[in-house]
Amino acid sequence: MTTTLPVTTGLAAPRVRLRPLTEEAVFIRRSVIHSLRTPDQLMMAIALPTILMLMFTWVFGGAIEADGSYVDYVVPGIILLCAGYGAASTAVDVAHDMTAGIIDRFRTMPMRASAVVTGHVVASLLRNLVATAVVVGVGIAVGFRPHADLGEWIGVAGLVALYILVITFLFAAIGLAASSPDAANGYGFILMFLPYVSSAFVPVDTMPSWLRWVAEHQPLTPIIETIRGLLLDTGIHGADGWWALGWCALILAAGIVWSGWLFRRKAGRR
Amino acid sequence: MTNIAPPVADPAVSLRGVHKAFGKATVLEGLDLTVARGTIVALLGPNGAGKTTTVNILSTLLAPDSGTAAVNGFDVARQAEQVKASISVTGQSAAVDEVLTGEENLRMMGRLSGLSGRQARRRAAELLDRFDLRAAGRKRVKTWSGGMRRKLDIAISLLRTPPVIFLDEPTTGLDTRSRQELWAMIRRLAGDGTTVVLTTQYLEEADVLADRVAVIDHGRVVAEGTPAELKARVGGEVLALHDANGAVVREVPTDGTVAGLRRALAVVGDDALDGVSLRAPSLDDVFLAVTESRTAASDTEHQKEIA
Repeated sequence: MTTTLPVTTGLAAPRVRLRPLTEEAVFIRRSVIHSLRTPDQLMMAIALPTILMLMFTWVFGGAIEADGSYVDYVVPGIILLCAGYGAASTAVDVAHDMTAGIIDRFRTMPMRASAVVTGHVVASLLRNLVATAVVVGVGIAVGFRPHADLGEWIGVAGLVALYILVITFLFAAIGLAASSPDAANGYGFILMFLPYVSSAFVPVDTMPSWLRWVAEHQPLTPIIETIRGLLLDTGIHGADGWWALGWCALILAAGIVWSGWLFRRKAGRR
Repeated sequence: MTNIAPPVADPAVSLRGVHKAFGKATVLEGLDLTVARGTIVALLGPNGAGKTTTVNILSTLLAPDSGTAAVNGFDVARQAEQVKASISVTGQSAAVDEVLTGEENLRMMGRLSGLSGRQARRRAAELLDRFDLRAAGRKRVKTWSGGMRRKLDIAISLLRTPPVIFLDEPTTGLDTRSRQELWAMIRRLAGDGTTVVLTTQYLEEADVLADRVAVIDHGRVVAEGTPAELKARVGGEVLALHDANGAVVREVPTDGTVAGLRRALAVVGDDALDGVSLRAPSLDDVFLAVTESRTAASDTEHQKEIA
């Protein structure tokens, strides 16, 4: 190491050298234990989308499509809704860590404290994959009949995982930006409304023209259309698949940069 | 990196003219302090004096506005990573994970401090034993009492034995027995060469534990020395007057001479008091003397400003 600073004359600092990714491994483990010990979090992530799915198929479904085929239409939308609900608690978890004394301890230790956020993100990904699988299972139980082959299922799993990662990073950033866990919960709510103004529950051509424009061009619609096309084996329309991947990559990059910046600002020295 | 310098060249901690303000509120106004290696130093001061801010600057949580601060010879501003590797910190607010068990907390922090999984497990067991937390070790910290959390917090700081340990009000919320145990542990650490910097509101703690005491008031060190030196500064015996139940109703400081004692008695007059005794000055007297005189001085200054 070259340095222009005065040469230190102190005792050698004890060498604290963590093996690469030790912080990540430790914090992922911590966040997964947190998830397992707060089962109400996982329950909510499963229960709310399930209730919505039952509402949409049994209560509204008959009015939307009288022949009962609405369940096939709505499950892909519910999958994304599910991911959103489950990821929202990441904002609260991150805000909680940032406002509790524990972050100060992490900051005084010779390691990468930002890995604490990575831990929450990975735990959210695992939690929401489980929740999504359960919701798909419930969907099949109430009459959802996917026609996907193995490759299409893998595609769906990959895109759903990517979407969960994207939305979780956004929620992590919201948690970093919020001044308290309660505030994080409130801000996070805004993201929950996005699926309603998309093709998740009803085709966008039923909406008034201005709203239809918003719904057609917001990121969730191509993601939902891609998942729907894969699950129902109806093919992916036009460039929807690329739009889906592009939006995910863009928002993921933005979320990572934003949360990194917020973390340095919050956990940096003032 | 060059680490070939003689090991005793630098003090464990040094602060030079450190200023720190939060918005308009000035917290440190040119704080100077040097802590020799292997000693226990108590930062003593009223609430809001700047003790915690000082610890936070030394532990890299806060950046000073001006002045320099170094720990273990490393500049806190420019060599933060080396500083972090040289210290462990127990802050005022509990820095433990409530969802995890005590053992899991220790193991997690041990892994993050560079111990292997096996080392961390062994060290966790040792510390749980030493702090009398073994029975609760596998219960979630959420269910623990405040005193137990405090002990766990301190135990985490002792996972490694770095050159310098900062303890911000370590015994607040501890019962007498735990406090005595912690004192013994701190003495042992210092005996092994670790430098301990602690803040405290308990004068007794500073008196029995610290090699040197720095009294901080209004963001400056207003008195510094061994407890004995500081007590000598306030002067001689204190004349204490008791009521019929033996409770002290009034204390009058003296300069330790016969004439001084006579003057003190004259001040008291012939009040209907039931007892009189003399006692050696305590750190309380030092504390009140130093902080009061400064308050008086700044009040006069303030009045001058108004006038």
